[in-house]
Formats: sequence, structure tokens, C-alpha cells
Amino acid sequence: MQGVKQKALELLTGGKADRVLGWRRGETFYDPTPGVFASAEEVERDFVFDAFCGANLSKYLIALDRAEGVTAVFLKPCDSYSLVQLIKEHRIHREKVYIVGVACEGMCGYDALMKAGIEGVLSFEEEGDALKVHTLYGDTVIARKDALLSKCEHCKSKRIVTYDELLGEQGDEVADSGRFDEVARLEKMTPEDRFAFWQNELSRCIRCNACRNVCPACSCEKCVFDNPDSGIRNKAAADSFEENMFHIIRAFHVASRCTDCGECTRVCPQRIPLHLLNRKFIKDINELYGEYQAGADFDTRPALLNFQTGDCEPSIVHVRGGERA
Amino acid sequence: MSVKTDWKPTIVAFCCNWCSYAGADLSGTNRLQYPANVKIIRIPCSCRLNPMFVLRAFQRGADGVILCGCHPGDCHYTTGNYYARRRMTLLFSMLDYLGIERDRTRVEWVSAAEGAKFAATMNEFVATVTALGENRRLEDLRCKA
Ligand code: SF4
Ligand code: SF4
Ligand code: FES
Repeated sequence: MQGVKQKALELLTGGKADRVLGWRRGETFYDPTPGVFASAEEVERDFVFDAFCGANLSKYLIALDRAEGVTAVFLKPCDSYSLVQLIKEHRIHREKVYIVGVACEGMCGYDALMKAGIEGVLSFEEEGDALKVHTLYGDTVIARKDALLSKCEHCKSKRIVTYDELLGEQGDEVADSGRFDEVARLEKMTPEDRFAFWQNELSRCIRCNACRNVCPACSCEKCVFDNPDSGIRNKAAADSFEENMFHIIRAFHVASRCTDCGECTRVCPQRIPLHLLNRKFIKDINELYGEYQAGADFDTRPALLNFQTGDCEPSIVHVRGGERA
Repeated sequence: MSVKTDWKPTIVAFCCNWCSYAGADLSGTNRLQYPANVKIIRIPCSCRLNPMFVLRAFQRGADGVILCGCHPGDCHYTTGNYYARRRMTLLFSMLDYLGIERDRTRVEWVSAAEGAKFAATMNEFVATVTALGENRRLEDLRCKA
């Protein structure tokens, strides 16, 4: 979408914003990186917006909230949920951001290209609904829908929750995203099989903390995992406990605040399906406490910061578990 | 599973200061028996129970973890146990999802006057966990002697 770069220039030169948060050219074609642009020259030189700009920019606004003046930001629909959640949590002041909503048809990822057997990629061009990919071995074409990031395969919403202006059309929530199908499949397995499944996944974790660092919901200044006494600062070579501990706590502490933006899974270098942990919490919350989508509005309370006197007892886990055993 | 007949599980019971901790006391003064392998940790309110404490207890050798608090509606701080209830529900569900035996965790509401309920709950929970055997799935070998 060409309009995005143009808009960035316009906002800076027109004085609507003191800086623009967008995407900067990465080392390769598939990893544009979040970047802050203070001048039109910088935008001209480095700004990109293309099919590989999957990164969610919301989290960077926490730090920029302390800077003077207004930051303009480009948000795709799912990114806007993250921002609303952060505003709700008083981490970002709404008046300090100028939001340009960008309609989204799904972002692309390198994994999908590899899966399709496309190797040695040098560059690409967007041609309508397809990507024309230039590789060492010649050119090839892949449909955009076959090149999606895993997080975009089960997109929950095309609605941009809040914005000051829009590029493209406002969309709707996706009714049948199928994003809980995989969770449901796991729930139906025996505990032994589930245990084996998760051991296989979690034992690959190298504790790089990328999932933690990228998460908009996970933005404490001091993290329990950085405590030298926590005993879980490093990759445990011999013990699965650390992995379980890290992953349960990582997912738990964002439970009911996680917007399901999918960034954690996107950045994991070990391809661990972290979204299956987050979505388990979301699914449970929906089933036990009523439908709740974090970041969908400014005033409802997250499920874990709320209660009903008639809530179910924790023993419901046994009851539900019994049914599926 | 090879469970030795003389094996006794280690149970960690997190008890709210205002109710079940006093309930435990009462069961003691009434000479009601509950197994000595139940280790009580006093917390100021059931909602003080950070999910990490539960995991940490398993790491340090617990075979079962139980949380006891004031009955819903009776929390000394009015609403603490309502929050704890949601948290533990989601945490236990997650443990189950990861394939960890769901009978290793439990929540029970025990008032200061319910000494008998406290003893009965502990006896029951110890029996359940004994039947399950040692905690293997959430253990930390480095913490084992
Ligand atoms: S846990 Fe993952 S999906 Fe949820 S908000 Fe954080 S990065 Fe996004
Ligand atoms: S990003 Fe992946 S490898 Fe890194 S800490 Fe998270 S789960 Fe582990
Ligand atoms: S004071 Fe007992 S549960 Fe809150």
C-alpha cells in the first residue's frame, strides 16, 4: 500500500505529528522492523510498508508516551486492539497518539514461503492478490492467502477499534475465525498425550525472551523473570520445570488482557505455538465468564479483574475434564 | 506406576489467616486428626496466592497443592476470594491443558469454625494424591535430594 508512506510524509511535514512510528527496512525483505521517524528525509530513505510489515507497533508507544508532543502511528486492525488495551491500562495517553488505521488483508511471513518450497528469495513485488517473488532460481508467484503469517490465518477482526483517520475501508469482526479449533483438539486428547505434546513444544524453548519482549500486554518495567532469585533466568539444560513455569506464568499474567494479536508466536525463533496457551485462557474465559475480547472497547473490565458472586468453582476443571476423558 | 506402599505425599496447604488457618487450629484443639505431611503456609487472604506460589510448591517437592480460604461472601477483605476463585479456576484449567494431573490441585472454602471440615478435607485430599503417586510432571529434579 503506497499511501502509507505518503501519509507518513504528510503527517510530518504538515505538523500533525512530531514523529511517526512505522516500519523501517530490515536486513532482508521479510523482516521490516518497527522504527521511529522524525524527519521527512528519514521517511524517504527508510520507511517501508509492504506485505511483510506484520509487526504490531502498539507497544513502542509506551516509551514514546514520555516523549514531548504527538506520535503518529500506523495500526492494522489487530494492532488497534493492543493499543486500546494499553490505553485502558493507563500505559498510553490517547491524546499523545495520532492513529492512522490501515485496513489489512493479512500479512505475509517467511515461514509460509518456505513451506511452499520457495527458497533463495531476493525480493518480491505485490501484484494484486499475489506476491511475485524473485529468487536465485528465477521468479515465482504465490497467492497472498498462501503466504500468510500464522497469526493472520485465523484473523479475529478486521475492525479498527479506534483511529483518527483511516487508510482503506473499516472492516468487521470475523465471525468464524476458527481460532479455537486447535485448542479444542488438544482438549480432547488424553492428559498423557497433552503432556507429551507440550513437552515436545516447550522443551525447544531457548529462553530468548522474545515472546515476552514483543508482547504489548506484557509491559512491566520490572519482570519477575529478570529476578536473579527467580531461578528461571536461564534455559534449564536438564529440567522441564523451568519451561513449564515460564510458559504458564507468561501466559497467565496476560490472561484476560491478551488481545490475541499473535506477536508472541510470530517472533518465536523456535516456532513454539504460544498462541495455543493464550487462546486456551481466552476460550476458558469466554466459556466460564462470558464472551470477552481484550481491547475491543474502552470500558469493560478484563475477566481476571472482575468477578461475579455466582462464578463457578475451580472444581469445574474436574467436571469438564471428566466429560472429555 | 510403582508407588511404594509406605510412600506419603507432600501436601502444601495455603490457608487464609482469617478462616482456614484458624480452622486448622480448631481441628488441632479438638484433637481431630489430619496427616502430618500436610504443610500449612499461612497467607493473609486467599487472593494473596500468586499462581507462581502454586508452581513453586510443586517445584520444591509438593505432590499436591490446596488453597483454603473464607467462604465466598465472607472474605475479610470483602472480595479477595472471588478474585482468587477465578484465578485458580483458570490456572487449574491450564495445568490440566498441559497434561498435569488435575487431582493435584484443589480449592476449598473453610471457615474458622469448621475444624472438622478442615480435617476431613485434608484427609480426603491426601488420599486422592496418594492414589496419584509422586508428582513427576511438575517436578524439578534439581530440587530433589
Ligand atoms: S500474549 Fe501474544 S497474542 Fe497475547 S497480546 Fe501478548 S504477544 Fe499478543
Ligand atoms: S520466543 Fe520462543 S524460544 Fe524465545 S523465550 Fe519465547 S517461547 Fe522460548
Ligand atoms: S480473608 Fe480469607 S479469603 Fe480473603
